[in-house]
Amino acid sequence: MKDVEKKPLQESERFASEVPRRDLLGLAAFWSFIGTGVVMVAGALRLPMPSVFPETGSKFRIGKPDRYAVGSSTRISDRNVLVLRDGGGFRALSLVCTHLGCISQREESGAFVCPCHGSRFDATGKVVEGPAPSPLRYLEVSRMPSGDLVVDRDRPVPPDRRLAV
Amino acid sequence: MSALGDIGRNLRLLPSTLRGSIVRHGAVGSDRARSQAVFSNFFLHVHATRVHKHSLRPSTTWGLGVVALILFGILCVTGTLLMVYYKPSVADAYDSVKDLAFVVPTGRMMRNVHRWAAHGMVAVVLLHMARVFYTGSYAGPRAFNWVLGMVLLVLTLGLSFTGYLLPWDQLAYWAITIGANIAQSPREITDALGVTGTFDPGGMTRDLLLGASTVGQEALIRFYVLHVVVLPVALSVICAVHIWRIRKDGGINRPVDIDLELGPDVRGGRAIFPEGSGKTYGLMALVEGRTAAVDRGPEHTVPSWPHLFQAQMLLLVLTTLAMLALGYFFDAPLKEIANPAIPENPAKAPWYFLGLQELVSYSAFAGGIFIPTIVVIGLMLIPYLDRETDGAGRWFAGRRGKRVALSSALFSALFVSGLLWFTVEAGWLRNWVPDIPQLVITVFNPGTVLVVAFAAWSLGTVHRTGSTRMGAIALFTCFLIAFAIMTYFATYLRGPNWGFYWSASDWPELH
Ligand code: HEM
Ligand code: FES
Repeated sequence: MKDVEKKPLQESERFASEVPRRDLLGLAAFWSFIGTGVVMVAGALRLPMPSVFPETGSKFRIGKPDRYAVGSSTRISDRNVLVLRDGGGFRALSLVCTHLGCISQREESGAFVCPCHGSRFDATGKVVEGPAPSPLRYLEVSRMPSGDLVVDRDRPVPPDRRLAV
Repeated sequence: MSALGDIGRNLRLLPSTLRGSIVRHGAVGSDRARSQAVFSNFFLHVHATRVHKHSLRPSTTWGLGVVALILFGILCVTGTLLMVYYKPSVADAYDSVKDLAFVVPTGRMMRNVHRWAAHGMVAVVLLHMARVFYTGSYAGPRAFNWVLGMVLLVLTLGLSFTGYLLPWDQLAYWAITIGANIAQSPREITDALGVTGTFDPGGMTRDLLLGASTVGQEALIRFYVLHVVVLPVALSVICAVHIWRIRKDGGINRPVDIDLELGPDVRGGRAIFPEGSGKTYGLMALVEGRTAAVDRGPEHTVPSWPHLFQAQMLLLVLTTLAMLALGYFFDAPLKEIANPAIPENPAKAPWYFLGLQELVSYSAFAGGIFIPTIVVIGLMLIPYLDRETDGAGRWFAGRRGKRVALSSALFSALFVSGLLWFTVEAGWLRNWVPDIPQLVITVFNPGTVLVVAFAAWSLGTVHRTGSTRMGAIALFTCFLIAFAIMTYFATYLRGPNWGFYWSASDWPELH
């Protein structure tokens, strides 16, 4: 450190030392530069964050109750749900594996197995094996004034909630 | 009048003035002239004018970095050609890829080459990383270039991952569904803590990636933009810095005592350019490096032109031929069109992600986010945690390192195989305690057990040998072998429903 001080100052160094450190304009310029950068990056990143999802609503119709016999379970293929009807009414079981979103398939025993990493669920959807962190989800079933049944993909309900008809 | 004459004369001189305006050097008949050409030509000047003989030995680099770069070049060219026909829309993507494979002249070849070069690039980049690691070339001034290399590795994997979706076939759809849900898997933790409603980083990354809640048109466009613009541009820029830094860091790493080892330079004390001096030449321009060879001539160096350039051209030819052969004999797979109701069974990721898929099959968060993150961060930190320079530039830093690498490889092989055998035979926590909370499995599963065992083995090695370099070799080797075994295991021994089968002929009939 001392060695440095002994040397005569260079022209540019002398100039730098004469300028007050807290040069207001300089600081303002510097921070506006930083600020502009932050706003630009934040603005650019805001765009790809969707505020409206392209999917056509979370509810879908599955037809009139009399399409489903008591005691039946029917797979709505393009929606990946299983519509269950028993004496107490209707339930809808989502087949989307709670691990990483593959579609679990029903075996003859009535249990469900997911092809992707081998999660197994019993006939009620409870995990019995594999990496799935939680049971298969039951979805809310409701009825429209027209009498059609409606399932809401975004509304999980407890497994024993049934829609009585 | 005379001005008109000038035009005539200038026209006659055009060939030479045109040449002179493009290239700034004369005929390249001598070493000196060639060096000047390397120095003044934009495309050549990434090279130093002279390279050390040690850097040219095949066993120093195996040319892997250069091959990675060549493969990236091949990918850019074939990829641009594929873009001419490919349509990134859910309705057209699959058909346009089919057209490429069956209708477009040379389309199938270009698609095949693009696919195999992509696989090749991942493999070569991994091997390149291993060679840089085992020759201790991350130490000292090269620390930051190692970090840049890690960024390149992540970008390379990102390119592969985003490219995987584009054909919109069954493989693509389900691999990306799984991938996107891995991005969402921090929910495994936030759900267990019951805070997902207010703090949901998993859901946020998924939304950002897919632009929707499931893989569809939005996701396809996003992946397309990432694959053809964002990631290649990022990779090109960082590659440029990576290669520029190699020179600034003193060229390819070599042992400090290599000049002694090679003995006196055959050229004796002769001048570098014996052919007479046209122009004074700053030594700086000739010898790069922190240890600018003050008071030592550039011993044991040879001109880049022709020695280095010939080696690079050989690699270019060999790599291109290999890709053409692969593309000619093997077709890139294309499954049925994506079907959101029925996953492929088994639904397997590309080979380099299969080790991860095995880990993910224990716990999504631990295997898909936690372990990869600490591995990447751990690798980036290597040069900062191990700053020993003994043996740098030599494979395994000498005898002792070779022994450590070997024993670590053995340890890892036994441990990983044992653990896999155990989980296949005995299952894991959920098989024994059906109602066990998920958080326990997330924290304690075969994946995390591996990480802890490797860390312990490596710390033990540091303690035993008193060398951080040996610890680094132990850790790196453990992970490398685990990666290889897991990849093999998931590729060949996992079948339908991710079950264990000794061979695909044992797979059950699927309905
Ligand atoms: C897109 C991927 C990559 C490309 C194109 C690339 C390219 C290159 C090239 C051409 C070299 C010159 C020496 C050689 O051929 O080995 C090199 C050296 C180096 N690379 Fe890479 N590389 C890539 C990825 C990586 C990765 C993943 C790492 C490590 C994490 C890494 C770390 C280094 C280091 C530290 C050096 C200097 C080695 C020395 O001085 O001996 N690179 N790279
Ligand atoms: S997605 Fe079902 S087990 Fe992984």
